[in-house]
Amino acid sequence: MVEAKHVSKLYAGKKVIDDVTVTIGKGKITSFIGPNGAGKSTLLSMISRLISKDAGHIYIDGKELGQWKSGDLAKKISILKQSNHISLRLTVRELVSFGRFPYSQGKLSKEDGRYVEEAIRYMELEEMQHKYLDQLSGGQRQRAYIAMVIAQNTEYILLDEPLNNLDMKHSVQIMKILKRLVDELGKTIVIVIHDINFASCYSDTIVALKAGKIVREGTPDEMMDPVVLREIYEMEMKIETVDNHKICIYFS
Amino acid sequence: MLALIILSLASIFIGVKDITPLDLFHLSEDKAQILLVSRLPRLISIIIAGVSMSVCGLIMQQLSRNKFVSPTTAGTLDSARLGILVSLMAFATASPFLKMLVAFVFALLGTFLFMKILERIKFRDTIFIPLVGLMFGNIISSISTFFAYKYDLIQNMSAWLQGDFSLIMKGRYELLYVSIPFLVLAYLFANKFTVAGMGEEFSKNLGLNYKQVVRIGLIIVALVTSSVVLTVGTIPFLGLIIPNIVSIYQGDHLKKSLPHTALLGAVFILFCDILGRIILYPYEISISLTVGVIGSGIFVYLLMRRRAHGV
Repeated sequence: MVEAKHVSKLYAGKKVIDDVTVTIGKGKITSFIGPNGAGKSTLLSMISRLISKDAGHIYIDGKELGQWKSGDLAKKISILKQSNHISLRLTVRELVSFGRFPYSQGKLSKEDGRYVEEAIRYMELEEMQHKYLDQLSGGQRQRAYIAMVIAQNTEYILLDEPLNNLDMKHSVQIMKILKRLVDELGKTIVIVIHDINFASCYSDTIVALKAGKIVREGTPDEMMDPVVLREIYEMEMKIETVDNHKICIYFS
Repeated sequence: MLALIILSLASIFIGVKDITPLDLFHLSEDKAQILLVSRLPRLISIIIAGVSMSVCGLIMQQLSRNKFVSPTTAGTLDSARLGILVSLMAFATASPFLKMLVAFVFALLGTFLFMKILERIKFRDTIFIPLVGLMFGNIISSISTFFAYKYDLIQNMSAWLQGDFSLIMKGRYELLYVSIPFLVLAYLFANKFTVAGMGEEFSKNLGLNYKQVVRIGLIIVALVTSSVVLTVGTIPFLGLIIPNIVSIYQGDHLKKSLPHTALLGAVFILFCDILGRIILYPYEISISLTVGVIGSGIFVYLLMRRRAHGV
């Protein structure tokens, strides 16, 4: 379980995260939604220790973040940021192999090799595993990064806008994979996502942030409500139910 | 590898004094002398210097995440030279080892300073950063020149400005051996450098102590660079072009590309050295000139290619 208690983050004297308390349940997909600048990515980065917090506590499996050894934490929780500007020429397989770095420090054992193999198969990257990342399309590259995280084999997987720059087909593909990771491998996944309809269809819990605070949290059923969404986004939206999923119409 | 062996043999047998491979079997006294005092040390120093400078460039490019950063374009070489000047001024009869230490400290400080400047630059254009590095290097270099003029050491300085293997003789190059253990260390750290090359957040995610790895990398670069500057002089472009060429066909996984970079660096510089020795035979063109001319040509090609491929 991941718990954040009364965490705050200041940038130049301004509170971008303001006294946030949230609990992320195991074996679920939790989506952070909210308008731009709400602090979603900041919160995700704090939970994954990429940036420090200015107040409050974050516990991972009951242990405060600062108490964890960096190497052990890398086996417990992984994060993928939206800005993956890796300029290195690495092949897909090499990238995925680095997911085993916390375990092997680079010297892959047989077991590490198995995890790499499995991750590549899971993301259906077998055919392009020896291609360089810069030869891939955006969707393929995103899949390669997720394969790396799968090879890292952490209980918690944090993804910052995993659908960024992806077309519909690839977006659905990625979300289905995340769902499988939860259902088949028992992972706990937290994503920052802009498309609330994807959040509605695939997540177990939705947490809405606005101006550094949590305004609402609940199941997709509770959250996909005109009144709730108006409070979050300050605009009128219509909700329709399609195939048991609540879909929000926000184009007019 | 084969190219290295062939060129190595060629290097031994090219020179003002004719020595043929056949002579090896019945060496006369003076020919043996030439081999041991001049030719072999020259070969060894060329190889070490070539390997050193290209590996340094590779590490710097990885750590700064910029393909155009190298000891030449980040002020490392200039700082090392300033260090040598300071050691000449402060301790007139400094031993080579002491000079190297001072040069190392300066090279390290200079490179660190450059990396700090990099952190503050918002506009991270690939070409812009090495330009900043070149300017930074020129500032340091002009400081050196100023003091060199003032204390009448300009003659001494230019010796380190120009890379030159013709003065290498037994007893004058052994300092280069200092860099060997650090090159081995660089290889041992190859995986960590690669992870660091993916960025600080990526490194953190994988549980790598990013700052520490960067520091170790820069220390290796500064030490190796200063040992080369002190014994051979400045060899421009090597650290810039060799890693870029290897990256094209080997990628950037250091465990894989580092040995290739080292090898190609040695072959390239050996080739340039031999060329410099035969063009104006029996006179010599200094290595920084041949490497400079050939290297800048390749560099321009790499730039054009980069534009063509849009990477």
